[in-house]
Amino acid sequence: MFKEAREGASVATLVKLHKVNKIFKTDTLSFHALIDINLEIKKGEFIGIVGPSGSGKSTLMNILGLLDNPTSGTYTLDGQDVSRLGEETLASLRNKKIGFIFQNFNLLGRTSALENVQLPLIYSGVSKEERDLRAVEILQSVGLGDKLQSRPNQLSGGQQQRVAVARALITNPEILLADEPTGNLDSKTGADIINLFKTLNKKGKTIILITHEASIAKNANRVITIKDGKVGR
Amino acid sequence: MNIFETFKLAFKSIIANRLRSSLTILGIVIGVTSVILLVALVSGLKSFITAQISSFGANVMYVIPGRIGGGRGPGGSQANRLTFQDANNLRVALGGDAEVSASIQRTSTLKYQNKTDRDVTIAGVEATYFKIISALKIDKGRFFTFSEANSGKRVVVIGPTVVKNLFGGRDPIGEYISVGNLKYQVIGVVQPRGANFGIDLDNVGAISVVAAQRQFGEDRVQNILISAKTPELIKSVQSEAVKTLKKRLTEDDFTVQTQEQTLSTISQITGVLTAALGGIAAISLIVGGIGIMNIMLVSVTERTREIGLRKALGAKPKDIRLQFLIEAVTLSALGGIIGIILGIAFSLLVNIFFQTTITWWSIALSFGFSVLVGVVFGVAPALRASKMNPIQALRYE
Repeated sequence: MFKEAREGASVATLVKLHKVNKIFKTDTLSFHALIDINLEIKKGEFIGIVGPSGSGKSTLMNILGLLDNPTSGTYTLDGQDVSRLGEETLASLRNKKIGFIFQNFNLLGRTSALENVQLPLIYSGVSKEERDLRAVEILQSVGLGDKLQSRPNQLSGGQQQRVAVARALITNPEILLADEPTGNLDSKTGADIINLFKTLNKKGKTIILITHEASIAKNANRVITIKDGKVGR
Repeated sequence: MNIFETFKLAFKSIIANRLRSSLTILGIVIGVTSVILLVALVSGLKSFITAQISSFGANVMYVIPGRIGGGRGPGGSQANRLTFQDANNLRVALGGDAEVSASIQRTSTLKYQNKTDRDVTIAGVEATYFKIISALKIDKGRFFTFSEANSGKRVVVIGPTVVKNLFGGRDPIGEYISVGNLKYQVIGVVQPRGANFGIDLDNVGAISVVAAQRQFGEDRVQNILISAKTPELIKSVQSEAVKTLKKRLTEDDFTVQTQEQTLSTISQITGVLTAALGGIAAISLIVGGIGIMNIMLVSVTERTREIGLRKALGAKPKDIRLQFLIEAVTLSALGGIIGIILGIAFSLLVNIFFQTTITWWSIALSFGFSVLVGVVFGVAPALRASKMNPIQALRYE
């Protein structure tokens, strides 16, 4: 036990969920989506969270991504208890600590790749000059240096998802939270995106990959299975 | 997120939906345009009337039948009891302090040989009239004399339009023209005064009040003009005139109104007109505001995913609120600016036919009001957007 604790101290714990429950209530129904979830993720890990639809993995992602508060239990993110924060504080923490990647890319239409990537920085009050500089740099790093002014409808699915990855990275967040990132891509471009994640992870980025496909999840260093609201083995 | 960025964002979104945006702001454009145009028309009317009245001379006052500010309006149901005798009594009582002229006005048809001039304003006045109305200046010939006026001699002074219509520019002095079925000799022509609001001030003929009474079978006079010799005498002349008239008439029979009082009456009337017309136009601004709210609500629903995404990326509720509120305000302000441009353009166009006076306050007021409308009707959609749950918004199809 002592040994474990010392090991924990050597690599910082980034995410810690302790007895987290999420219960959705309507007037007549109550649904226990997450039951006593305990989870620890260390800095630099590449975690796959896998489970069938309805298992509670989306609810878990929402809580991990600070989009929702747990009904009970504690969530410690980077040493800070974030389980009972208000909407405003959650918004600015999301902005700084979380980079989201969605299944359907969620890029703004009629808006260039450059501007899409800058979006999170607008809400953290970064100046236009610095935003441009950082956005160009990050788009180049995901191999889209020649598509700065392209709009989403002028890009392929894989390119769109790269723009989304660039947008998730631009605030230099603690966690990259990807929700079925390959769901709308063919297997080859899907593999490209997974390889991009692996490269980012090697550079030290913590990545949480949520998917229902075990074959995708196995790319992660560690796979957590969610079933019926509980962490399985 | 700073305000400047938010405005830029609003403009981008408005331009991205060009057709919808322009239809949305149409209500505001029409509202602002009509406020500016209507106020310009009423102001133009006011300055026209004011100029006309002022051209009569600042020392002029009118005796008109009936009582203004009493139970009945001017010239109400009460019979006119002013006669030529009242004018003579005033002349005697006021002596050297003022000039007095009784006056009758009718519209009649003038004829000369085979030419006809219809709808000519015939003024039955006294010889003093030409001294009182300083704007009337003789061009050719002369005005009529006291003896001509008092004897009711059939002589007439005509305006340039009559000369043009009846004589085609030939010298009319000494010729005989028919007023109704009586012949009058032309003794003078007055200088042109122009036209406004469709009234030709030069299509006129002046005959003596005595002749006019005979001509039109009238034993009353329409009004009596009094011109004080100096501005200092206006007050005393007015009270002396009231005292004199009361000897024969009751105070309900007449009103002696100075230029200043006439102008303030006109001011009141045009003020009410402005408020009424401006108010009607302002209703279309409110209707325009409802249009903006409608479109903004549609836009919020349409952009549910965008709102969800922005929230996920760190937008606070107040950022979203500001974004949609500023979009509504930008729409309404844009409508206001286009309305101002159109309002000024239309006012200048109409000015060719009717005098219009563009007033800065109507521009400021209608623009301010349109922005206010944007704020008021933008709040509901903005609040709806800011309250969206990001999880549900992101999942919205």
